[in-house]
Amino acid sequence: MIRVVLPSHLRILARVNGEVQLDIQGLVTQTTLLDALEISHPMLRGMIRDQVTGQRRPLVRFFACERDLSHESADAPLPESVENGVEPFLIVGAIAGG
Amino acid sequence: MSAVRVLVGTKKGAFVLTGDAKRDRWDVSGPHFGGWEIYHLKGSPADPNRLYASQCSSWFGQMIQRSNDGGKTWEPVGNKFEYDGVTGTHQWYDGTPHPWEFKRVWHLETSLTDPDTVYAGVEDAALFRSTDAGRSWHELAGLRGHGSGSSWQPGAGGMCLHTILLHPSNPQRMFVAISAAGAFRSDDAGATWQPINRGLHSLYIPNPTAEVGHCVHRIAMHRARPNVLYMQKHWDVMRSDDGGDSWREISGNLPSDFGFPIEVHAHDPDTIYVVPIKSDSEHYPPDGKLRVYRSKTGGNDWEALTNGLPQSDCYVNVLRDAMCVDSLDPCGIYFGTSGGQVYASADSGDHWAPIVRDLPGVLSVEVQTVP
Repeated sequence: MIRVVLPSHLRILARVNGEVQLDIQGLVTQTTLLDALEISHPMLRGMIRDQVTGQRRPLVRFFACERDLSHESADAPLPESVENGVEPFLIVGAIAGG
Repeated sequence: MSAVRVLVGTKKGAFVLTGDAKRDRWDVSGPHFGGWEIYHLKGSPADPNRLYASQCSSWFGQMIQRSNDGGKTWEPVGNKFEYDGVTGTHQWYDGTPHPWEFKRVWHLETSLTDPDTVYAGVEDAALFRSTDAGRSWHELAGLRGHGSGSSWQPGAGGMCLHTILLHPSNPQRMFVAISAAGAFRSDDAGATWQPINRGLHSLYIPNPTAEVGHCVHRIAMHRARPNVLYMQKHWDVMRSDDGGDSWREISGNLPSDFGFPIEVHAHDPDTIYVVPIKSDSEHYPPDGKLRVYRSKTGGNDWEALTNGLPQSDCYVNVLRDAMCVDSLDPCGIYFGTSGGQVYASADSGDHWAPIVRDLPGVLSVEVQTVP
């Protein structure tokens, strides 16, 4: 099970407490993870990536395993420890002010 | 017995303030959507329990929320605002071309007859409409594309379409206002538009009397006399008696004619309200005194309304969407401040009292009169 940690604003919007858990068949990438997240929580469409271009929103970052994955290819496999649920995939609002 | 429901959008959530007909006892609900900017909430005249809210964040974008029970519960319904066709450019602050980019919904205006039809004024300036209760949104592209769009430019708060007025009896006629482009009118239900800015004079654009480029902050009308429009421009309070074809200044004896909101009394189309602000760089009341000014003559002659409002050391602002009137008799007036106070008057402005004092900075205030 994939573990996803949402930022506070998106937990409020999606009405979730704690982590979101996703079951993804096949390759686990940013794209397949976000596809699954938006299917389970449709109100998040457009909040993390642009609905038309699919590009990550400029003030959103992706962290996992103490690494910044924001600029990795959206179709690259995520770390094995994210895929097997040992580490969460963190969706973070960039710290750009109050 | 009637009651009022005051819908307050703030920088960190929405609040619903419910009062009795005397408007002296209040129940406060919220924050709804805590942490999010709520630019505007609006109830449907055709179904007062149908509400819409614009929820946004510079980080995560835009969502439209809908309530079917007067704001007790909400559901996210739609957030895809895609400009129609080639987006083109408008002017940036320095006059250079800048591509249109959707940022947020500033204002929601519900149809007078259909609770499922709602208009959205957005930044970068454009007008959208939903006819399925907020699920899907489609641009009325005749506004942005009518010809002058390339010369529009942002005001200090962004290039926003912030005012939408629907004619009370002619569904073909509607008005919008944009900072900093001006006022526009449609006579075919939003398909085509024309600028209506003749008589405006703005020193901060190269041609002070240009057809577009004016930083209109707000326009208002009374349902009983929809050919008369009132305008708070960046500087200058203006009036049109011909549906916007021409404007004349009615600032009269105001201590400052800079400000944001303008409103019309619910039962007297000649009684109007503004909140003078010192200047465009000093967004607080002159002399540290929070004063609503009322004209009972449709402009020019203004009186200060101060009873119950702070008259010393007050340096808050009142934004363009943060003042409104109810339809009770006597008419109630409400406004919210950047300091988080929401003030109410139950007697047309003669006396004021705060409903709440310590909300996040107030972005918008709307009121519904409910059975």
